[in-house]
Amino acid sequence: MNELEHGAENTQEPYGSANGKDVVSGITVFPLEDHTLRRADTDPRIAARAERQVAAMFALSTICIILFVVAYVKIPNDNFIDVPVIGVVNANHITTGFLFGLAIFLIGTGAIHWAKKLMNDEEVTQERHALRSTNEEREAVNESFKRGAADSGFGERKLIRRTLLGALAAFPIPLVVLLRDLGPMPGKRLRTTIWDQGVHIVTDPTYRRIKATDIPVGGLVNAVPENLLKIEEEDGNINERGKASIILVRMAPAEIVSQQGEGWDYQGILAFSKICTHVGCPISLYQQRTHHLLCPCHQSTFDLADSGNVVFGPAARRMPQLAITVDADGYLVAKQGFQEPIGPSFWERG
Amino acid sequence: MSTTSSQSVSNPPATKGGAAAVYIDERLASSNFTKRLLDKVFPDHWSFMLGEIALYSFIILLLSGTYLTLWFKPSMTEIIYNGSYMPLKGVKMSEAYSSTLDISFDVRGGLLLRQIHHWAALFFVAAVSVHLLRVFFTGAFRKPREINWVIGTLLLVLAILEGFAGYSLPDDLLSGTGLRIAEGIMQAIPLVGTYLAMFLFGGEFPGTDFIPRLYSIHILLVPGILLALVTVHLIMVFYQKHTQFAGPGRTESNVVGYRLFPVYMAKAGGFFFIVFGITTLIAALVTINPVWMYGPYTPSQVTAGSQPDWYIGWLDGAVRLTPNWETNAFGHTISWNLLIPALIIPGIMFTALGLYPWIEAWVTGDKREHHLLDRPRNAPTRTGLGVLALTFYLILWISGGNDILATAFHLSINQITWSFRVLLFVAPPLAFVVTKRICLGLQRRDNDKLLHGYETGRVLRLPHGEFIEVHEPISTHAAAVILGKEDIAPLALEAAIDENGVRNPKAKKNATRARLSSWFYSDNVATPTDEELKAALEHQAHALHEAQEHSGAIEGH
Repeated sequence: MNELEHGAENTQEPYGSANGKDVVSGITVFPLEDHTLRRADTDPRIAARAERQVAAMFALSTICIILFVVAYVKIPNDNFIDVPVIGVVNANHITTGFLFGLAIFLIGTGAIHWAKKLMNDEEVTQERHALRSTNEEREAVNESFKRGAADSGFGERKLIRRTLLGALAAFPIPLVVLLRDLGPMPGKRLRTTIWDQGVHIVTDPTYRRIKATDIPVGGLVNAVPENLLKIEEEDGNINERGKASIILVRMAPAEIVSQQGEGWDYQGILAFSKICTHVGCPISLYQQRTHHLLCPCHQSTFDLADSGNVVFGPAARRMPQLAITVDADGYLVAKQGFQEPIGPSFWERG
Repeated sequence: MSTTSSQSVSNPPATKGGAAAVYIDERLASSNFTKRLLDKVFPDHWSFMLGEIALYSFIILLLSGTYLTLWFKPSMTEIIYNGSYMPLKGVKMSEAYSSTLDISFDVRGGLLLRQIHHWAALFFVAAVSVHLLRVFFTGAFRKPREINWVIGTLLLVLAILEGFAGYSLPDDLLSGTGLRIAEGIMQAIPLVGTYLAMFLFGGEFPGTDFIPRLYSIHILLVPGILLALVTVHLIMVFYQKHTQFAGPGRTESNVVGYRLFPVYMAKAGGFFFIVFGITTLIAALVTINPVWMYGPYTPSQVTAGSQPDWYIGWLDGAVRLTPNWETNAFGHTISWNLLIPALIIPGIMFTALGLYPWIEAWVTGDKREHHLLDRPRNAPTRTGLGVLALTFYLILWISGGNDILATAFHLSINQITWSFRVLLFVAPPLAFVVTKRICLGLQRRDNDKLLHGYETGRVLRLPHGEFIEVHEPISTHAAAVILGKEDIAPLALEAAIDENGVRNPKAKKNATRARLSSWFYSDNVATPTDEELKAALEHQAHALHEAQEHSGAIEGH
């Protein structure tokens, strides 16, 4: 657009006024353009108007702050209002926030308007200083360093040098060792869950025992071991929940292509870990028709009718299956614990 | 001594401000420095504001974050919520989550502060990223600014980490899922992964130690390093003086613009208030991260369509795209499906990014200082490489939302994922070629404008019936911008055997370098010489004159 604004006067030299070449880059250099005065520079009335505009913005900003304090004190914090487009919001929040934001914004626009209209807009040229020292200065540094090095004898006194390097290398060891008690050694933690033979399967989060008849064909139930609540209370954390959560799905026995163990289902009810073998998200998107279980985090898909094998996505391992049966009263229980580590892979898993 | 003191008594400062200056100067001898500071010239360009936005967002983050620490409780102790948000009353949750709810519902202005903090974090990483792109595409990273480029790269990495840490603190269902993924990735690290995860989390996931530990990392460690690096970054910009675009009066050895005092102080200071004001207005009007809707974290629940903050999207996308490769050998497991997307790809990307100034300098053999910026078109190979990397990043980023795309457009998630897997390798090289061609086309157009003037849009019919469009010479300003392009010849190929018949041992390495240099430069369109320009301008003047002669008679409306 520039060329349209100031069409060049066509003079003899190429582009009129090229005054030579940049010594460093060889590009053509033109003199700085003449400064054009703004209307506010020449007309005091325009300048006075700009001044009023700037002052108005600053004054309005102050008013917004006063209103902010009033709104903060006066509007109750539990007053929710329906604002078009935005929805239901806390009246105190939106009013104070809007006033505060506007107040800050007006200071900014005021300052920039002031700079643009009233402050001198003539460009100034400043020379760059060399970003290197002179050879003499470099030499002087070199001399100082050599003097110091010779003085210390760091080069000659090998015994001092080697023991010092040794000591400095050893010095950070405690800094690392001191981190030891950040946590326990992994041990068998990642390989075990609280599932065991005869542990009752209960619904999550209502902790009710489940009978086979409670689950229709095609149904899915989120479940946990019955002893989870007690163990969570004892441990003071929810770590076991992250490993022991399972899902129960029921399909017609004929639909089951394969299982991870002979007769691990109970009348078509299959129990699988709920923790994705990719990075450990809990999975719950189950497609009844295809028996596919899809992880919402990274879309790993497992076929529950076929041993929980991976059919798509980044997960490398099948979903571990829990062998189940019923107790004397017909409630679902685990036949045994998980036979492989649940959740994401790790170096020692093998 | 007595003369000095009597002098200062006999020359009392004229104003109060003067007195303060004298007071400081008598302790710091700061007058020289202050004068240079006040007179310091900064060049003006809209793109130079991007770094400012990053800086101001960082200040807003420090401010709003400090307020949040007054109420937030970084504890994973399970309590029963009893605040004023009815839907969660009586629910068991961590103190961290409960105090976040309190900030959102029971502290007046608390929600505003939380939302300012979150929006500012999103803007901060965005501004850092776009600022980085500006510096890359204009070649501002070249000598002598390579060190500042590396600091900038570190700032980006730290900004992403800091953002993720902050996002994870409220211990809601969404952030807890993010942490679960981070922990899963940690476990995938060969040899030490399991230990790393156990030590960081104080045992198994989620444990009760991690939020307090993450808190000190988020409010002390990382911001401390960020603040130190930002300070060095700014001091270097100040000391080395800012780069500028070519134009009338601009050379490699000067800087043209406005003085710090008063123009830049008003503009930059005002801009801080504008950034702060807009952030606050958005925080007041647009909800961000409504943690109360997600519920407290529990490792057995997840929401479908869960998305991280935007700057984690590319990592999440990489994790989604990588096929399910895993190696099992000698009783050990290597999870390539996590190592590649979460560690190897980001590692390569950030290393390449940090080293780019040296890579380019080696290829081009350019050891000179550069204070004039390149227009992106004038460095087509660099611009092409930048767009290549950007395309790679964007495909990963979009892949992070493949489930959203699948549900929004009713497409198969499998097909989308496969398309992105293919695109990730096909699109970036294509983007490189297309970008480079566009750049070269723009260079030709620039030369065209120099030699033939710009099209005025006025069409004339000449007496013999020919229609012509009147061209007029472009302005000196426009010409100065175009002629600010440096023509650089590729490195010459060194002979394998010199004139004395001696084999040059470095010839092979140099040949590679010369080929790369040629790849970098040789397609560039040469800027017209002074002679060509002169001839062209004379021709333009002649044609214009002729056109004007006819125009009175024939141009009709």
